[in-house]
This record gives sequence, C-alpha cells and structure tokens, in this order.
Amino acid sequence: MPSPTLREFLRARGVTRREFMKFCTATTAMLGLPATMVPRIAAALGEARRPSVIWLPFQECTGCTESITRAHGATIESLIFEAISLDYQHTLQAAAGDAAERVREQAMKDNWGQYLLIVDGSIPTGNPGYGTIAGRDYLEMLKEAAEGAAAIIALGSCAAFGGIPGARPNPTGAVAVGDVVKDKPIVNVPGCPPIPVVITGVLTQFLTFGKVPELDALGRPRSFFGQTIHDRCYRRPFYERGQFADSFDDEGARAGWCLYKLGCKGPTTYNACATVKWNNGTSFPIEAGHGCIGCSQPGFWDQGGFYQPLSTGNWGNARTVATAVGVGAALGIASAALARKRQRDAEGK
Amino acid sequence: MTLLEFARGPGLQWAVTVFIIGVLWRLLGVFLLRAKPDLSEPRNPAAWKGLRLIALRSWPRREFLEGTAFGEVMGYAFHVGFLVSLFFFAPHVLFFADVARGLIGTDLRGLVGFGWPTLPNGIITLLSAVAVAALFAVLIHRFVNPVKRLISNFDDYFSWFVTVAPLVTGLAAFSHLSGWPYERLLAFHLLSVELLLVWFPFGKLMHAFTIFAARGTTGMIFERKGASL
Repeated sequence: MPSPTLREFLRARGVTRREFMKFCTATTAMLGLPATMVPRIAAALGEARRPSVIWLPFQECTGCTESITRAHGATIESLIFEAISLDYQHTLQAAAGDAAERVREQAMKDNWGQYLLIVDGSIPTGNPGYGTIAGRDYLEMLKEAAEGAAAIIALGSCAAFGGIPGARPNPTGAVAVGDVVKDKPIVNVPGCPPIPVVITGVLTQFLTFGKVPELDALGRPRSFFGQTIHDRCYRRPFYERGQFADSFDDEGARAGWCLYKLGCKGPTTYNACATVKWNNGTSFPIEAGHGCIGCSQPGFWDQGGFYQPLSTGNWGNARTVATAVGVGAALGIASAALARKRQRDAEGK
Repeated sequence: MTLLEFARGPGLQWAVTVFIIGVLWRLLGVFLLRAKPDLSEPRNPAAWKGLRLIALRSWPRREFLEGTAFGEVMGYAFHVGFLVSLFFFAPHVLFFADVARGLIGTDLRGLVGFGWPTLPNGIITLLSAVAVAALFAVLIHRFVNPVKRLISNFDDYFSWFVTVAPLVTGLAAFSHLSGWPYERLLAFHLLSVELLLVWFPFGKLMHAFTIFAARGTTGMIFERKGASL
C-alpha cells in the first residue's frame, strides 16, 4: 500500500483545508514566489508522498535537531516535518546499534537515488577514529549515503561550513559536507542553529518542485539568505541616524538603538532571522537586546570577538606599531645622515 | 581565508606597517636635514611671526582670486568632505578607538571623560559625495587645462586614484549601490584604504604631514627677510 499523501496525512491530523492553504500562502511568500504559485504549491504539496529522509549527525551538538524538533509547537510546519519518512536519525529513533544501522541500509536500498540526505555536524578528516557510528567513520558513512541521495541538505553551520569543530586550530581536520561530496546537489542551511522555518521551507520547496531551490554563492537558498540581517533589521533607522548603544545597559540600549558598537555582525550576516524570527515568530537575538554573532556565515567563530565592532578589524598591536616606528625612525635618521654627509662633501669640494 | 578576512587582518597590518615606516622615514629624512646657514643681517629678528603664513596661505588672496577660486573651492569641498567622513562616521570612530585602546590601553572617553562624537549617516553620505564630485571636477580640470596637463605626472594621477577609491568604495558599501554582497564591498573598501596607506608616504599625499611645516618654514624665512606675507 503506498504511503499516504501529505493532504491525507494532514487531514488525519485534524488540519483543515483553510489552515493548509494559509500555510501554502505563507510559504509561497517566504520563498519569494509570486502569489499565483499558491495553487500550484498547494496541489504539489497535497499530492506529495512521504519522501525518505536519512539524517546523519556527525560532529555536532544536537542543537540543530533541538531547534527543529522543539522550537515550535504543533504547527503545520512541524507536521510537514513529521510527514517526511525520517528513516534514520540516531538522536530521535528508538532503535539502536545494529538494528538502527540495518534500518538505514534498508531505507537507502529501497529509495536509492531518491532519498533526501540531511547532514548536521562537520566531518573530521584528521583521523577516522575522531567520529564513528557502529564502528564506521563519519567520512566513509557520508560518502556511502551521499552516493544514493537525490539531494543533500547540510543543516547548520558545522555541516555547511565546518562550524565550531572547524574553528582554529581545527584539531580534527573538520570540513563541510561540500568539501567531501562534489557530485550531488547540496543545499547549505547554515545557522547555529538554523531557523526551523527555513528547513521546513527548503523541504517544502523540494517537495513542491522536486529540485533544490535557487542558491547563493555559498550554496544557501536565496529565498532565506538573500539579504543581510542589517538590511531587514528594525533597528536600522538608528544606524542611519548614528544612534548607537554603547553598552548593554545604557540609555541607548533601553531606547532600542543600534547594536553595531557592541559587535553586532548583522551587516555581514545573511539569514532570515530579522523577518522569520524565532520561537514561532516571537523575536530574534537583536530584538532580545543582543547583537547578531553572524552564526550563518563561514568561519563565524574565528571573526574576532563577538563584542568587537565590525569596523575595528585586526590592525595589529602595540608591538607591531613600535617595531614599525623603530624601523621608520632608523631609516629616516640614516637617510638624513647620508644627506648631511653629501652636503659636507659638496661643501668640501 | 576570505577576501574580507585578508583585508581586515594581514592586509591591514602590512599597510599600517608600511605607512608608519614610510611616513617616519620621509619626515625624519627631511626634518633632520641641515639647514643652510643664513649669514645675512635679519631685517626682522622676530622671525617666528612668519608662522602666520600657515593660516594666510589657507585663504585665497584677493589679487589672485580669479585664477585660484576653482582650486580653492574644490580643495575645501574635498578636504572637508574627506576629513569629516573619515573622523566622524561611526564605524571609523570605532576603528580609531580600537587602535587607541590597543596602543595606550584606553580610548578618548577613558582619557578625558567624553567620547568622540559621530554624525548621522545622511550628513556623512552627503559630504562624501561632495568630496567625490570635487575630486572628479579637479581631475577634469587637470585634463582640460593645458598647463596642468603638461606638468602632471604619474604621481598626480595615482594619488588621485588612491584618494577617490576609498570614498567611492565606502559609499558603495554603505549604500549597497552595485548590488554586490556587502562583505565584498567592505573588503574592497578596506583594500582601497590599504592601497592609500601604502602609497601615502611615497607620493604627493605626504603633503598632509609636511604642508604646515613647509608653510611655517617659508613664512619664517620671509619674515626674517622682511618680505610681505
């Protein structure tokens, strides 16, 4: 018997057609598609059958899983997430050990070439023993699973860019999924953790159109990562007026002024936090009073301090400057002495 | 390493190092030269009064106004726009405060009790645009005027380029003019500033450090000789 369609699944969960259409409308807008696409998305989503999904967690903290499974209540997004056939996810599944691995192998065999592979966490390349599941190292497991995947979603900054495991000095030689797999479509959904709605949005787009969405230069869906936090930040007018909070408890902070001086990385961070927000659209870090730490950008952990303003840069230090002053002074004195000698020599003649 | 990481890190460090070495080399090389002894009887022993030439030369002389007005107006438009955007744009002020903290352990607020003020971005944008317009005006004037064209050399054109580049890239980064990613525009802005820093000591831009000393010295020599300032 074929698996139920998404429409049948949602109906069984008590979701009305009106609620489903509202979700489709919101998703269409979120993906940056015209309103005329709503019926098509609704039809495609409604008829979609549960795709097989293999989820491989590697060097990760489970924050990405927590974000997606716990952040929302029983929204339609989470129901759609439940509607996929999540055949392997070793944090969530009941099975363990050999039984779990057999399930994964069977699911891959049954859906070879069609399943969606979700990866969270980076892949250590320094030593196979740095990360293993059931005695098999992460690198080998990724290569095998990627071979039969229709597409791969690199979930979270670790899978997308190496993330915290890949931060200097990168003791495990951690790399991103895209550094290992070169011949499959990969959608990077970075963030530490990524926004739940973004992952369901990407899934929706994949279910609707059967292909990965339009991506930016870093492999991220343009519909969610097309603009910076700064572009859409509600505090932007304060930036324009030059009104900045100087500390987290001053008058400026209480008045909701721009957090640029406190190290906000919004101007160089591409993500949908300022529009989609977190916790069912409640707020996002800047709205809660803290600057953006740029967690959806490559190497965010190595970009200086979180509280160091973007424009401060890494200009050097007092020792470098002192050395330059010493060298410059020595050169100046030497060239002046040489000029004086020439003067004397000329006068002597 | 991304372009922005390079521009914010090693690129900036090398540019600052070259700038400091070059400026000190040039300044000490000039200031430590032996002055030619003037054995004549001074007509005015209070030669220091000639220092007022520093201010006098900053204002056009009535008799030459017709010929110098364009240069004076454009010069002021550029310098005011450039200096205001350099020293009163909030991200720049943060950079200088960071440098101060790195060198002396505190910024201006820690030193004197009040911070360095910043101006609204609208004013900065306007003045920067005026500075760019003035730079293009003087370049066109240099091309059109046969005498200026004849006496211009690589230093003039390259110094113009490294001066206008940070303004243009800064405006582009601020306004997202070209539609490029912000971090790429920011990297280009920083790299253009680094090019300016590296070229600064070795071209005519060095006048920023020598102009007032040169005017003062000339004024004192004139005063000693009894010449009219």
